[in-house]
Amino acid sequence: MATIELNHVSKTYSGDVRAVSEATLAFRDGEFIVLVGPSGCGKSTLLRMIAGLEAITGGTVAIGGRVVNDLPPKDRDVAMVFQNYALYPHMTVEKNMAFGLLRRRKHSGLSGLLFHAAERRAELAAIDQKVLDTARTLGIEPLLARLPRALSGGQRQRVALGRALVREPQVFLFDEPLSNLDARLRIEMRAEIRELHRRTKASMVYVTHDQEEAMTLADRMVVMKFGVVQQFGTPGECYARPANRFVAGFVGTPVMNFVEGRVDGGVFVSADLRVTLPAARWPRMPAGSATLGVRPDQLRVLDSTDAGAGSTAADGTSVPATVRAIERLGDRMDVAVMIGGTRLTARIENDDRLVEGGSVLVHIGLGAAHLFASGEDGARLADAHDVA
Amino acid sequence: MRSRTGKALIYALLIAGTVTFLFPLWWMVAVSLMTPEAAQAATVRGGLTALVPTDPQWHNYPDALMQMGSVRWTGFLDALANSVVVTVVATAGTALSSSLVGMAFARMRFRGSRPMFLVMLGTMMLPAQVTMIPLFILFRNLGWIDTFLPLVVPAFFGNAFFIFMYRQFIAQIPEALLEAARLDGQGWFGIWWHVILPLTRPVTAITAVFTFIFTWNDFLAPLIYLQSDDQATLSVALNSFRNQYGGITKVNLLMAASLTTMVPCILLFLAAQKQFIEGLGKGAVKG
Repeated sequence: MATIELNHVSKTYSGDVRAVSEATLAFRDGEFIVLVGPSGCGKSTLLRMIAGLEAITGGTVAIGGRVVNDLPPKDRDVAMVFQNYALYPHMTVEKNMAFGLLRRRKHSGLSGLLFHAAERRAELAAIDQKVLDTARTLGIEPLLARLPRALSGGQRQRVALGRALVREPQVFLFDEPLSNLDARLRIEMRAEIRELHRRTKASMVYVTHDQEEAMTLADRMVVMKFGVVQQFGTPGECYARPANRFVAGFVGTPVMNFVEGRVDGGVFVSADLRVTLPAARWPRMPAGSATLGVRPDQLRVLDSTDAGAGSTAADGTSVPATVRAIERLGDRMDVAVMIGGTRLTARIENDDRLVEGGSVLVHIGLGAAHLFASGEDGARLADAHDVA
Repeated sequence: MRSRTGKALIYALLIAGTVTFLFPLWWMVAVSLMTPEAAQAATVRGGLTALVPTDPQWHNYPDALMQMGSVRWTGFLDALANSVVVTVVATAGTALSSSLVGMAFARMRFRGSRPMFLVMLGTMMLPAQVTMIPLFILFRNLGWIDTFLPLVVPAFFGNAFFIFMYRQFIAQIPEALLEAARLDGQGWFGIWWHVILPLTRPVTAITAVFTFIFTWNDFLAPLIYLQSDDQATLSVALNSFRNQYGGITKVNLLMAASLTTMVPCILLFLAAQKQFIEGLGKGAVKG
């Protein structure tokens, strides 16, 4: 259990390829941190610098208040779970789990064998017991005598988890540990890792490219892009108050709808859209070019016969549109609608009246909408929350 | 799928090949069991007569070993002990050093590793005859002549071919395995001992068998560097069946002694055969 402090941490590869630049983050003791971002965003590199597998080219990493930049991995008291499990293929599950502990014994050498036989035996017995206990909690006790090649993917991942757990390190590091598992098993293991964290209260840093995994696991998450930290906050914060357009688009499914245009006198105008922005949401109304962001669940698709069609309420605007595509999810559906040349996605309750190609009214709810500075990674413009 | 005649043809070819390759061995066995006169006759007439000895002289074997070298029995026992020591030490040295160097070339990033690897490969192109005299001068200056040192010390400096083989094999081992070992508290030597060596067992088997057979059978190096009779290895001691003019007087005994010295190589080969084909890399990672 320990805090982790990253201070202007950078990784530069030969020449000027920057994998991570100037990451300054402080993780609290016992926190479950998720590093998330698209592939190549530097999240794995950051994790590997904490582990000591990657040299730090700038800044400092401190674990439990101690700067570990120059410490080899074995002296950092961290354990890591790898994406491809990395179990030693020639050792049984039991040996795999015990390996790290066996190397850390006090009486491991010849002198232990010769002069401290009793202590040595006690040490070995303690390790056996620890391995057994850990195997029990993970439900892999029956597999202890097997070789990794005789295990299924899920079992291997469980063993890899056990190998990290049994060491009781200060920090657990996970490098996309679930991405080789099928969807169902992934969700199951996700819950188990969460439960493990709840029980051990250990500090964990977890890397994934899957925002859903990040949202469900994290106490706080770090969203990264091109080696730069975009936002560091709770999943709720990243979802409701994204720092910029990139975070807004990365967090949440389906992806937030973005419309580029300008704000003029409290009205957002794009090529196909003209909506009045509620002053309650933006007390200090911006002006000039901007991007409007609306989550799919803030859109409603109305049959033109629905009551209230065509009205302009205070919290949004209704606009005529055509249905381009419908994806049924069972309990809900995603509907892609075209407003002129602008495509928006709505997530709505099942509505059997909708047909592809049909005309509808789309109600754009603005109560939780965002405005971003124009450009691909434009920062979110201050709204009521920020002003308050 | 394959027709019967096709299959028969393949078997016929295989049998013909086997007979061709086994013939010299069988000839050795046959001659080793002949009386001196019959053996002399067989060698003179080309040896195609009496391929099945009618009156096998089993005592040829103890006689041959007894008469090896200049002193009864002692010559053989000395030579056997010398061969075992030299071969075992050289084999262990080659396997250990080659896998260590192979790991370094495969996994460690250091300045000049690429040019050094190329230079090392280049040494394979040098015929042994080219380095024979410089090496002899070197070992003489070190005062190592008539000791085992010139036969075993070079083995601890690796062998280019086996280093290359280890390197290729080790490069296939997933990086994550080595990283896991580092996090589990291992340094490079620990990784080598606990992870690399167990996973490269097929390469080690090949290295051990080849080095064993080469060293066991090597005639030139022991002949050059060892001078005293009691230092001779088996392959040199076999030479005592030649007279000073190079002629062979007791062919039957030479064959019996030669066959006896072959036994360890054959046994080792059979024992290691399984290792050659066993792939231990499975199950390390997803796949």
